[in-house]
Amino acid sequence: MTIEIPNFTPAIPEIFVLTMACVILMVDLLLTDRSRVVTYLLAQATLVGAVLLTLTSMSSTSVSTFGGMYIKDPMGDLLKLGMYVAVFVAFVYSRDYIRLRHMFRGEYFVIGLFGLLGMMVMVSASHFLTIYLGLELLSLSLYTMVAMNRDSGESTEAAMKYFVLGAIASGMLLYGMSMLYGATGTLDVAGVKSAVAQMKADDIILVFGLVFIVVGLAFKVGAVPFHMWVPDVYHGAPTSVALYISSAPKIAAFAMIMRLLVGGLEGMVASWQGMLIILAILSMGLGNLIAISQTNIKRMLAYSAISHMGFFLLGILSGTANGYGSAMFYVLAYAVMSLGSFGIIVLLSRQGFEADKLDDFKGLSKRSPWVAFLMLLVMFSMAGVPPTIGFYAKLMVVQSVIDAGLLWLAIVSVLMAVIGAYYYLRVIKLMYFDQPETSEPIVAGADMRAVLSINALALLLVLPWVGTLIDLCRKAIQAVA
Amino acid sequence: MIPLHEVLILAAILFAISIMGIFLNRKNVVILLMAIELMLLSVNMNFIAFSYYLGDMAGQVFVFFILTVAAAESAIGLAILIVLFRNRRTINVDDLDALKG
Repeated sequence: MTIEIPNFTPAIPEIFVLTMACVILMVDLLLTDRSRVVTYLLAQATLVGAVLLTLTSMSSTSVSTFGGMYIKDPMGDLLKLGMYVAVFVAFVYSRDYIRLRHMFRGEYFVIGLFGLLGMMVMVSASHFLTIYLGLELLSLSLYTMVAMNRDSGESTEAAMKYFVLGAIASGMLLYGMSMLYGATGTLDVAGVKSAVAQMKADDIILVFGLVFIVVGLAFKVGAVPFHMWVPDVYHGAPTSVALYISSAPKIAAFAMIMRLLVGGLEGMVASWQGMLIILAILSMGLGNLIAISQTNIKRMLAYSAISHMGFFLLGILSGTANGYGSAMFYVLAYAVMSLGSFGIIVLLSRQGFEADKLDDFKGLSKRSPWVAFLMLLVMFSMAGVPPTIGFYAKLMVVQSVIDAGLLWLAIVSVLMAVIGAYYYLRVIKLMYFDQPETSEPIVAGADMRAVLSINALALLLVLPWVGTLIDLCRKAIQAVA
Repeated sequence: MIPLHEVLILAAILFAISIMGIFLNRKNVVILLMAIELMLLSVNMNFIAFSYYLGDMAGQVFVFFILTVAAAESAIGLAILIVLFRNRRTINVDDLDALKG
């Protein structure tokens, strides 16, 4: 028996991140608390290195390796670049926050990198096994990060809830995969696609498996009615971890949906379109309505995340390459907005104080006009007010739904966006028209201020290149779909 | 030989028991962890049955990976359970109500 050595070159970014995560884990053992910043710098260097490796190996063709389990394609490269940037920014925002809360340990960054590795595997997976392993590597890292603040009852409760519901989601997904395996006789995504093409699209076992897959995916992206964990996790987790959870993993979830529903089950688009319509309407409606009644801004942002996931599903359910491209643009834009919003909560927090109440934003413009302006940009972008990037993201997904002939759904989603604008604008009203309740100065490192400013301003200043970015997303998708 | 559909029914029953165990259980978090484990095992049973009847090894290899991941998952689950107990002095599901809204 001969063993063929697989081609490792396409997976070099993953191998690099894995190696560096292990190296950082070892180096961290030799450091004292005073020199712990070396761990942070090494983690950031890893992300920069991964960006360079991915950029230099980008091409417009797809390469498959490891016996068809791993695929490197333009969509994967673009999503990975988005995830590196998101994790990089999340680490910059985390540094001071976790130092003040005695969580500045090497594990924080190592687990963050392992989570990133899981996301990278998910993005490049072309086999049920690699999708599952990437997803579990990400989920297990996230459970641990949520529980990182060991002495907080809220954090550990959030971690427990996240763990139980995340495990149910994995179980559902696996059950669906086992059914698809039974129906098609293969675990390979491309193999499933060709097998589905030969079977009837309403084959009972296929549809049975599909239902479980969609439920598992809905749990993972946090779509209503499988959203119960999202507010609790965002609320209970340390803000720096909520920041991490709300950005890069959403990008990875998009990749997982693309690989499973589009890559594998595109022949059953008529079946999953209906399921996604229900999920999208419920997410947009419930997310936006419940967000109005929140007094905690982290919970409000969690419900806002649920409604954003509804909008993002609109792009997927249109079932066209343009729709997938719009959804990809939406999820990347959402990651940037989400980083900005949680970044500002981190910025306003200080030793022994969490700025997680809406009242903490009262009169922010008098305490710091610049921070208030940045928050204004982020809120406008989340609400979808032109000329911010959030408007174009919403426009593209609504456009793709209309192109798919679902005009009524487009009208519903625009109405939901209007309802959503209320609670985003309320934050702006609190900042600009109310009196501050405290005069505590806002303290933050220069690096955090600079990155946060770039992050929020990017939502506006990227405007001249919006068309290029959307084209980039659509081109990347065309190679897959 | 046991027909395929009987194995699948058994797996589906185990899966349903585990879901019930998670949603009806209001007492103890440890039981939740057991139910999660049972859920993964029922999936394993599905995979093995299909793998055997299809004559394809891939399903059985998948099961090894699921077992490994399940071990890692319960390690993390129990670790979270311990920090939770340290903070709250209880692992009653009904007492996990600090976060709501």
